[in-house]
Amino acid sequence: MSRLSPFNVVSLTLGFAFLYLPMLILIVYSFNESQLVTVWAGFSTKWYGELARNEAFLDAAWVTLRVAFFSSTIATVLGTMAAYVLVRGGRFFGRTLFSGMIYAPLVMPEVITGLSLLLLFIGLGLDRGILTIVLAHTTFSMCYVSVVVSSRLVTFDRSLEEAALDLGCSPAEAFRLVTLPIIAPAVISGWLLAFTLSLDDLVIASFTAGPSATTLPIKIFSAVRLGVTPEINALSTIMIGIVTVGVIIASISTKRARVKAEADERMAQRTA
Amino acid sequence: MRRFLLIAFPYVWLLALFLIPFAIVLKISLSDVALARPPYMPQFSWDEGIGAFLSQLDFENFTFLTTDDLYWKAYLSSLKIAAISTVLTLFVGYPIAYGMARAPEAWRPTLMMLVILPFWTSFLIRVYAWRGILSQEGYLNQVLMWTGVISEPLTILNTNIAVYIGVVYTYLPFMILPIYAALDRLDGSLIEAAEDLGCSRRSAFWLVTIPLSRPGIIAGSFLVFIPTLGEFVIPSLLGGSGTLMIGKVLWEEFFNNRDWPVASAVAIILLLILIVPIVLFQKNQQRQAEAEG
Repeated sequence: MSRLSPFNVVSLTLGFAFLYLPMLILIVYSFNESQLVTVWAGFSTKWYGELARNEAFLDAAWVTLRVAFFSSTIATVLGTMAAYVLVRGGRFFGRTLFSGMIYAPLVMPEVITGLSLLLLFIGLGLDRGILTIVLAHTTFSMCYVSVVVSSRLVTFDRSLEEAALDLGCSPAEAFRLVTLPIIAPAVISGWLLAFTLSLDDLVIASFTAGPSATTLPIKIFSAVRLGVTPEINALSTIMIGIVTVGVIIASISTKRARVKAEADERMAQRTA
Repeated sequence: MRRFLLIAFPYVWLLALFLIPFAIVLKISLSDVALARPPYMPQFSWDEGIGAFLSQLDFENFTFLTTDDLYWKAYLSSLKIAAISTVLTLFVGYPIAYGMARAPEAWRPTLMMLVILPFWTSFLIRVYAWRGILSQEGYLNQVLMWTGVISEPLTILNTNIAVYIGVVYTYLPFMILPIYAALDRLDGSLIEAAEDLGCSRRSAFWLVTIPLSRPGIIAGSFLVFIPTLGEFVIPSLLGGSGTLMIGKVLWEEFFNNRDWPVASAVAIILLLILIVPIVLFQKNQQRQAEAEG
């Protein structure tokens, strides 16, 4: 039903303006000469220079990237295992509890997740720092990975795995040679999701970070509470830019992969 | 053996870092504040035995929550703010999803990407962007004064209105996507049939399109309502001192007052409140899956 009425056009235009104008304003004003963010005083890139000289922000950015890399990588491994177990694992003791523990963190308010993990770390006597943030981020993002991967596994034709097993593959080989290549796009998007969730997280990181390790969101939050600053605008612009480029590349490459898969299928049908 | 390891790794991880921490919160919520490190008692020790330990736990913190106005007001106000913002998000999101579903086939992947893209951008930054727009000397007031709509700047930042705007803005994709999915599946010939049978376009919309997109509306509403209830970032950056939300109360109880037992009790009650919408959401999803399957 593709009949756009004037109402549809207006609501789409206003809707996307609402979604994008705030970020556009942020980007434009990051190039503002003036310290006053709401008054335009001419084009300048000086806030990017200021940002590059701000040691505290750079340190926090480096901590954040390391945390995001490690937590998303561990979460992808654990989340893929969990998805495989849930979809293919059959029955085992405590399966209901397991699937409950996969879905509960998705709806758990962040303040509660953060609080409970902090209480655990204190109980264990673990010093709060990069390690504790990685543990915390891995725990909630593995659940997101598992949901993304299991939705792919559910639609996956099981007979392909069975064929590999019939042809003499061990279960591990069947997984590596057949299952993994097919679910790879879901695994990659799970990793990306885990990575951005970790980059973005303020609440859980605030509970689990110690004085030795501050992440970028924590730094931004404490700066932003005091007011709007052009430096934060510059930082936001860089982050928005990276995400936009990333999403565009990802969508182009999945589109290419789909076109290629369709071409392969047509070829296969012709030769058959 | 291999299967055992495959199950054991994620299982043990979640037991250790999800279930046990949760049990600790439950336990501390039943403990008393103490001037010690960690600042609560009793501490569990094997020497005294489980019986002695359990006998020291009580519901004092929960009775405290009912006696102090702050807490139940905060719960009520969180429920109210979450409900109002969910309705607002629905009103903003539905026309967008509807427009997307009626857009030419070739545009739809791009429109989808445009809806999802903000979701990948930092939540914190998206909330922060509104501080510059809504403040006294912010862009919105500048535009409104310049066009002569108002003569005095409006106070929006640090009020509940700013919180509503923040929630609608950040959670809009969660509302649009399930509604769009429902509208996209909708069989266009049903609307044509209604129109053939004498419905006007408008009444066909209210009698056919809206009821058939109901699962999407319900799913989207819960996806906005559930996380908003425990929201912390939006009320603390956009709300004012009068904005009472339980996520913020919990944060302050823990970090500013250092009252861990009460913070834990606040968390437990919040979870109990959340069970209702979560169960309803699950039911809706199951019904939908059965209807499709």
